[in-house]
Amino acid sequence: MNRALTLLRRRLIGSIFVLLIVVVGTFLLLEAAPGDAVDAYIVSTGGDAGMIELLRHRWGLDQSELTRLANYLWALLHLDLGQSVTFSRPIRDVILERLPNTLLLMVSATALSFGLGSALGIYAGARPGSFRDRFLSIGSLALYAVPGFWLGLVLSVVFAVDLRWLPIGGIETLASDKTGLDRAADIAIHLVLPVSALGFIYLALYLRMMRAGMAEVWRQDFVLAARAKGLSRRRIVLAHVARNALLPLVTMLGLQSAQMLGGSVVIESVFSVPGLGRLAQEAVASRDTPLLLGIILTSAVLVIVINLLVDIAYAFLDPRVGASEARA
Amino acid sequence: MSDFTISRRTMLAGSAMLLASTAMPISGWAQTPKKGGRLVLAADSEPRNLNPAIVASNGVFFISSKIVETLAEASFDGKDGLAPRLALSWEGSADGLSATFKLRDGVKWHDGKPFTSADVAFSALQIWKPLQNLGRTVFKDLASVDTPDDLTAVFKFAKPTPFQLIRNALPALSSVVPKHIYEIGKIEDNPANNAPIGTGPFKFGEYKAGQYYRLTKNTDYWGKDEPYLDEIIYQVLPDRTSAASALEAGEIQLAAFSAVPLADLDRISKVPGLKVISKGYEGLTYQLVVEINHRRKELADVKVRQAIAHAIDKDFVVKTVFLGYAAAATGPVPKNDPQFYTADVPTYAFDVAKANALLDEAGYKKGADGNRFSLKLLPAPYFNETKQFGDYLRQALAAIGIDAELVNNDLAAHIKAVYTDHAFDLAVGPPVFRGDPAISTTILVQSGIPDGVPFSNQGGYKNDALDALIAKASETLDTTARTDLYKEFQKEVAADLPLINVAEWSFISVARDTVGNIANNPRWAVSNWADTYLES
Repeated sequence: MNRALTLLRRRLIGSIFVLLIVVVGTFLLLEAAPGDAVDAYIVSTGGDAGMIELLRHRWGLDQSELTRLANYLWALLHLDLGQSVTFSRPIRDVILERLPNTLLLMVSATALSFGLGSALGIYAGARPGSFRDRFLSIGSLALYAVPGFWLGLVLSVVFAVDLRWLPIGGIETLASDKTGLDRAADIAIHLVLPVSALGFIYLALYLRMMRAGMAEVWRQDFVLAARAKGLSRRRIVLAHVARNALLPLVTMLGLQSAQMLGGSVVIESVFSVPGLGRLAQEAVASRDTPLLLGIILTSAVLVIVINLLVDIAYAFLDPRVGASEARA
Repeated sequence: MSDFTISRRTMLAGSAMLLASTAMPISGWAQTPKKGGRLVLAADSEPRNLNPAIVASNGVFFISSKIVETLAEASFDGKDGLAPRLALSWEGSADGLSATFKLRDGVKWHDGKPFTSADVAFSALQIWKPLQNLGRTVFKDLASVDTPDDLTAVFKFAKPTPFQLIRNALPALSSVVPKHIYEIGKIEDNPANNAPIGTGPFKFGEYKAGQYYRLTKNTDYWGKDEPYLDEIIYQVLPDRTSAASALEAGEIQLAAFSAVPLADLDRISKVPGLKVISKGYEGLTYQLVVEINHRRKELADVKVRQAIAHAIDKDFVVKTVFLGYAAAATGPVPKNDPQFYTADVPTYAFDVAKANALLDEAGYKKGADGNRFSLKLLPAPYFNETKQFGDYLRQALAAIGIDAELVNNDLAAHIKAVYTDHAFDLAVGPPVFRGDPAISTTILVQSGIPDGVPFSNQGGYKNDALDALIAKASETLDTTARTDLYKEFQKEVAADLPLINVAEWSFISVARDTVGNIANNPRWAVSNWADTYLES
């Protein structure tokens, strides 16, 4: 446990710097984009010079960039994410409303891709060079080559439009007033298509990594030793080969969490899931700087936490890693 | 399918558009409306402020017009093209200094309080005039509103104001909100801006950001037996392909405002149980316009502008970019406008040879590479069609030796580049014609507008004769004389080409056959839907 705590402390200190860089970088990037929130807003309304000036003043856009950045950082120090221009609501509320949907989507998709991917990888890697190995390798490669939005569209056309087995989009039935288990089941059904679309792409990655890792381990001396001991093939595959091949996958899990957040932008749009990805896209289009900063900050924290968990898991899976980290 | 081809042809016929489409049969028209049911439809955006008295825009009206009503609504057959809503009659004085509205009796706000002339006076003076995007222009000379009794509101103007303009502005600019809710606190921060309270057939139910808006039936509505629907659900579907699939899957029953892209209409129209309707948007005409930066010396020459006009094949644009769902334009007033349009203006037939000759005459000879000069072309990104026309225009200009560099921006960047920074030579824009040239059309060519005002003359164009004409029309009280001045205005714009009007288009609705009373007024998608119903 001591090992984990040391790791945690070191990571937290590093994270603060990462977050600061993320916030300032995003702010500057968005400031560099031409047009501000008022420009984006008046597209749908028009308006005279007086009205535009009034809006800029009300939304605080008549202040200098530096003042706004300083104000933002000062508020952030007090854990205040500020007010969204587009939603005219506190950003914390807007994000908290969407965060569970994105988390649900990400966690389910990760579970699907990691779980099924590594299982199939073990299945394929258990008999290198066999038919099932070749079939799964080629199949997963094909899946990996498919763009996420295309897979999403095809799934929705087949299962929602033509067969009508599954709902076409959204996170739950609209205004259905369902509660408790009914609601959970309703959400689960709505998640099937987006989770499949998001998960299947990464599934290929885990499958191939698992398989490649196993191919590597098969050649190790301890596998030969295990065989010589007369262990069953099943036990060799699961306890010796697969367990050792699993380590790089865990690292990948951490790295993928950031990519999944990116992939969810597309999937959330295709399946109209009200999540953070779609919100970020809207925030950029409407030049809602504080909202985008809030989303990026939330995502950054999310990625940092996931990677921290991965590191802790790693330390337990492979004692050598944690020991050297703790000493350093 | 037959509805579809008929409507396509009538659109091509252009001037016959309004008449022919009015006669177009709509399935379910003769049936008696049924009560009850939930209408689910696609919404492509979530407006930040739902108060139509402050934000007079189609995105807001689409939802709010069912909750908050105006004094009058547009109508196909009513007098002056209007049907009464909160006002029963309206009359302007001969001196243009006052306008009298007789209001409907027995109308209640959604919270049960009675609607009176005080609400109209408050909305006009405290909101339309100082805060509303369009009202700030139209009601700028409104000095006071007298309320001799609860059902009479008399608008008093400081300067003579043409009643024709006020009348034409009623459908879009006259949303009435309750005084007793808005007189407390700052109007812009009032919570009712996000949960409107009105007199309309539907009450605001709930809003789940990113998911839906729910409107529920107002059982106390003044319209007899209305509304028919129990609920309206706006499902937020920002992705355009998802609206089409949601219709096919039967998850939504209606997609208005061309939520289904034109390219999909052909396929969708063949799906059993779905109908494609191009009617019901006659009062919401968008204009495809080439905006010109007159600060460029080449473009300041009228011969060059005429050459560009001759280089554009408007029929090709209508057929290819709009797939027939548009009409070729002749000038700044669309053909389907019943009051102001005149065809008697200089026209520019598609003629590349003539365009080349005009450019030679202007002194811009082709160089060794076949180019006369280069310029920057910025197509507005709001519609697929404006972007596609940008691609077409680039090719059309290449044919006359003008090398156009396409610059594609997103919404905010485009608005800033064109209307604030003037960093363009040509731009493609979609201004809206709002039933009267004085509302949002004359500012497209008028001089003296400050930088940064969107959808206005930011091209540095100045024509004293045209400015004088616009000023005169704005204070001409007689309807016929005023209309004639705007006909003169169209001629002058078409002759001098401060901008080039290419086409006029509107939107398409796709609905299930079970949705009844669709498209029965010229602003249907943004009207109150009290008579819309669902067959079981």
